[in-house]
Amino acid sequence: MKLARDTWLIFERQLQLLLRNPVWVFVGVFQPVMYLLLFAPLLKPALNAPTQAEAYKIFVPGLLVLLAIFGGLFQGFGLIAELRAGVIERSRVTPVSRLALLLGRSLRDVVSLIAQAIIITLLALLFDLRVFIGDLLLAYLMLALIALMTSAVSYGVALKVKSEDALAPLMNTVAQPVLLLSGILLPLTFAPGWLQGIANWNPFSWAVDGTRALFAGDLADDKVWQGLTITAVLAAAGVFWAARQFARSVR
Amino acid sequence: MIETRGLRKSFRSRAGRETKTVDAVRGVNLEVAEGEIFGFLGPNGAGKTTTLRMLATLIEPDGGEATIAGADLRKDPAEVRRRIGYVAQGGSTWDESTAREELVLHARMYGIGKAEAHRRAARALDAFQLTEYADRKCKTYSGGQRRRVEIALGIIHEPKIVFLDEPTTGLDPQSRAHMWDEIRRLRTDGMTVFITTHYLDEADALCDRIAIMDHGEVVAEGTPAGLKREISGDVVLVGLDAATTPQAAQLLDSEPYVNKLETVDEGGLRLYVDEGATAIPQILRRVDHAGFTLTSIELHRPSLDDVFLTKTGRSLRES
Repeated sequence: MKLARDTWLIFERQLQLLLRNPVWVFVGVFQPVMYLLLFAPLLKPALNAPTQAEAYKIFVPGLLVLLAIFGGLFQGFGLIAELRAGVIERSRVTPVSRLALLLGRSLRDVVSLIAQAIIITLLALLFDLRVFIGDLLLAYLMLALIALMTSAVSYGVALKVKSEDALAPLMNTVAQPVLLLSGILLPLTFAPGWLQGIANWNPFSWAVDGTRALFAGDLADDKVWQGLTITAVLAAAGVFWAARQFARSVR
Repeated sequence: MIETRGLRKSFRSRAGRETKTVDAVRGVNLEVAEGEIFGFLGPNGAGKTTTLRMLATLIEPDGGEATIAGADLRKDPAEVRRRIGYVAQGGSTWDESTAREELVLHARMYGIGKAEAHRRAARALDAFQLTEYADRKCKTYSGGQRRRVEIALGIIHEPKIVFLDEPTTGLDPQSRAHMWDEIRRLRTDGMTVFITTHYLDEADALCDRIAIMDHGEVVAEGTPAGLKREISGDVVLVGLDAATTPQAAQLLDSEPYVNKLETVDEGGLRLYVDEGATAIPQILRRVDHAGFTLTSIELHRPSLDDVFLTKTGRSLRES
């Protein structure tokens, strides 16, 4: 009860601050939109897709997962700014739930990600992408879990390193191989065997496959439940680890 | 209100390959009574902030015990947290929030309901004369206004004790005087106030009792007046012309309240007494009675810097 109340309190505050400065929506959406407009047109010939819509079915899910990963991983910067302003220390002297300090922030990140995902999806509809609403909602659930995990981990790391200068290269170093090994830009079906072998160990590759299956309308595809399970387990682990960082530095 | 025994904290710092252990606080014993303004005076790096952060549950002590407002710091930090307020040195407000939002949020983090949080925020804004700016973003505030918001945050849940870390550092003289009034008002409202400062005048003017800290230890403790009296008493400078000085010296040297007497080269006497305020009328009467002419009389009280000098061998102004 107290956890739910405190989480809502932090969430409300963080969302309020976010809405006060709506530029983030455009900043967040700008890059994916550029991909959508300037990169996706290459895909129909490159993927040998029968129509542009087919190419989008493959590309848009990957793009959304990309957005979720990056959107989450860089949230730690905001926390470092809050640490510097003394806002976190101020919270620490109150009896507020330590887990709520993390969850309230991460849930805000999930909400902002879903808002961005909706914008991208709507834009893709203009390019003849079609997807069932039920499948889409499950895909959003997957995205939410990914964002929950990456943002929690980012907060945890931010608490440990406490400096933007350390966080930026760290997150970039993690994000790049994760990105390349998840078949986000091009499906890994084109990859040589050894590359696919490595990618099988990348949980985000499973998430991308699952999201693609959902956009293709294959709800029965094993990749859907596998992707959801893997991201759910990872999200739980990420939150658990980050919550420990909060609890430890905050006692 | 606060009682500590042997509170200790050391930090490991790494310089290249070597790890050094720095004993930031080495066994602090304190007793702070209810309703006093207690000050921690010492140079930067003396361990004041570390001690304060331990008492405010922000860092765990390595050793020692403390009871704060009746709660055990080591066993029940959560209960301590509920009973104290803490205002950090480096600020605690968010640029993009308004004072009212910060106050409401902070109250609610203490478990206070929404309506009551709004009422308390309004009351605090009023008490700290912030109502006018209440709905502007914190980044537009002056240093003094922002500090007032931070103190208001620290006491929004009506704690028994409030810890203020260097509350006037960085403020202009006028804001500083204003802040002193605010701090005195907290005591009038029944709070115990624990501040750290490296300003001598602040410790002197504001605090009921102080502890002087140096190198992680309390080197002296008492009321500012008591500490000063303890080291040397007061000095009374008596101005006389050179001709009458030797006779006056002879006369005053036998007075019981004069501990020590020195002759000033160009005429006049330096008298060391316990209490200048009571000695001066007696000196005046004695000198007048003997028919000497006084050209001036001055009272010099030892400063807290003299106390610091006596206890540590250094001046606080230099360190």
